[in-house]
Amino acid sequence: MAGLYRKGKRMNNDFAIMRAVNRSHFPSPRANRQPIFFYWLAVLALVGCASPAASAARPEAQVTLQNKGSDTMVNLALAWAEAYEAQQPDVSLAVTGGGSGTGLAALINGTVDLANASRAIKPEERQAAEANSIHPQEFIVARDAIAVIVNPRNPVNQLTLPQLSAIYSGQITNWREVGGEDRPIVLLSRETNSGTHIYFLENVLRLGSKENKTLFSPDTLLLPSSEGISAEIRQNPNAIGYDGLGYVTSDMKTVAVAAQAGGAYILPTIATVNDKSYPIARDLYIYSQGEPVGAVKAYLEWILSPAAQQIVAQLGFVPVK
Amino acid sequence: MKPTTWFELVIEASIHAAGYSAIVFVGLILIFLLREGLPALSEVELSALAGTRWYPIEHHFGLWPLIGGSLIVTLGAALIAVPFGLATAIYIAEIAPRWARELLKPLVEVLGGLPSVVLGFLGMLVLAPMVRETLHTPTGLTAFTGSVLLAGMAIPTLVSVAEDALDAVPKSYRDAALALGATRWQTIWRVTLPAARSGVLTAIMLGIGRAIGETMTVMMVTGNAARLPTSLNALFLPVRTMTATIAAEMGEVANGSVHYHVLFTIGIVLFLISLGVNIAASAVVFRQKKRAERLLS
Repeated sequence: MAGLYRKGKRMNNDFAIMRAVNRSHFPSPRANRQPIFFYWLAVLALVGCASPAASAARPEAQVTLQNKGSDTMVNLALAWAEAYEAQQPDVSLAVTGGGSGTGLAALINGTVDLANASRAIKPEERQAAEANSIHPQEFIVARDAIAVIVNPRNPVNQLTLPQLSAIYSGQITNWREVGGEDRPIVLLSRETNSGTHIYFLENVLRLGSKENKTLFSPDTLLLPSSEGISAEIRQNPNAIGYDGLGYVTSDMKTVAVAAQAGGAYILPTIATVNDKSYPIARDLYIYSQGEPVGAVKAYLEWILSPAAQQIVAQLGFVPVK
Repeated sequence: MKPTTWFELVIEASIHAAGYSAIVFVGLILIFLLREGLPALSEVELSALAGTRWYPIEHHFGLWPLIGGSLIVTLGAALIAVPFGLATAIYIAEIAPRWARELLKPLVEVLGGLPSVVLGFLGMLVLAPMVRETLHTPTGLTAFTGSVLLAGMAIPTLVSVAEDALDAVPKSYRDAALALGATRWQTIWRVTLPAARSGVLTAIMLGIGRAIGETMTVMMVTGNAARLPTSLNALFLPVRTMTATIAAEMGEVANGSVHYHVLFTIGIVLFLISLGVNIAASAVVFRQKKRAERLLS
């Protein structure tokens, strides 16, 4: 019965893992450090009872924490996991991406200990979790700026939020209208399961207004991965896209953004995100199943420590402290 | 009646079971799809499902852009794969010298074993920029790009099955045609191909079936923009197919939500389309067989 559902999900997961591995700059020390047999035993034990509390009750045993969610955060989560495993050999972390919605859905279903999300949990997701007697606890672990990116050959350097809203809702369809060349605008976006997509919809397309019901233009290309957006931006001078600051590479051009027409155009940097002058920045969250205990609690405390926040800055995100 | 041993009975029963299992599986899949998908019809108005906007997180559940997207990509793939695949099959079966034939057939079959993700990468990084630059479309991620790759995936199946069908035509047919003074081309076009018709038709249907159900490649290269294709021009614009929608959104939905049920409704639509294609194909083959039997009697 659940076969087809699981199949759809798996495919997504495999894809996400593949990407996660590709993006990781940190070779996994896991396999070298302990017999792979014990690793799988721990995974099986966790999958079997899906109870972090049970594993936390035996501190001397190997603990595996399942961590899943936001693709924006997957690099960061992997880097944290590597650093934490190096100093806490009895804890290992299994990190996968898939999108904020995917991670929160897994948390609601009780299959992960920690869900990474680049948006706050929705009320209906919290309800669904409560229905499964899981009480998600929210932790703000980093900040992220969303960069608006174009091809380096595109002469447009700056846009206002109202202009971005008009571009993405399909009212402006030619670069000429915002000071560029006579080219059609190709809109790129992440899929709707991405927290970045929701954030962009609420804060850029709808300019932060709850009554505004503007939608993405039906011509918007919804790409399943950050890499899909990067590949298209690199080769297509018509394209405009957005992605987390951590994913912008030097072969794309970041556009300076002003909150209103006539306002100052600001490029996203750690400084402009921290002083809140860059208008498209957001908090990044980790959700735990209920009040964290044992290994989960220790890990979350470590994430908020200066050492872990140092990693945040190294990966192009903005530390919370 | 020969005495049967228990061993024969077991063998016989397992062959029966294997035979009927196909029917049972299709039936179970259908029941599952209906059970998960039909609730959508009571949760979402039929007029909403017939809308032209697909944006599920804001409860826009119009299926037309997705159905149109799947159809236009598949149609494009068929337009490329059928002539190209048939020509390849005819060449391998009828024209190629023995050594070329023994080289080509296995090569074509290896092509059929390429994982679709690999083709997707190829499409995203190589084919899409080429399409944009040569056809001057706003973006290279179009239905046409998907069609070309799907044709590439359908062709091996099509060639392999069609070649077998052509190969099965008795040599006496060709000898008779040539003896009557027909040229080689006339023999192929007027005798061999019509004689192998039902097999060739099966080949086309299998190829198209592969194209309409393909997910990963399509998700990577068609752009996934849920816009309603209204003219043939849409072949050169981004589209969103039913399969890509299910694959992209299934991991995210809460189990039992309206969106979840609508995704299964899309599954039902896909199921009905492929059922329709298969019924139409077997009807054509069946009618031809009847006519052939009439002519022979």
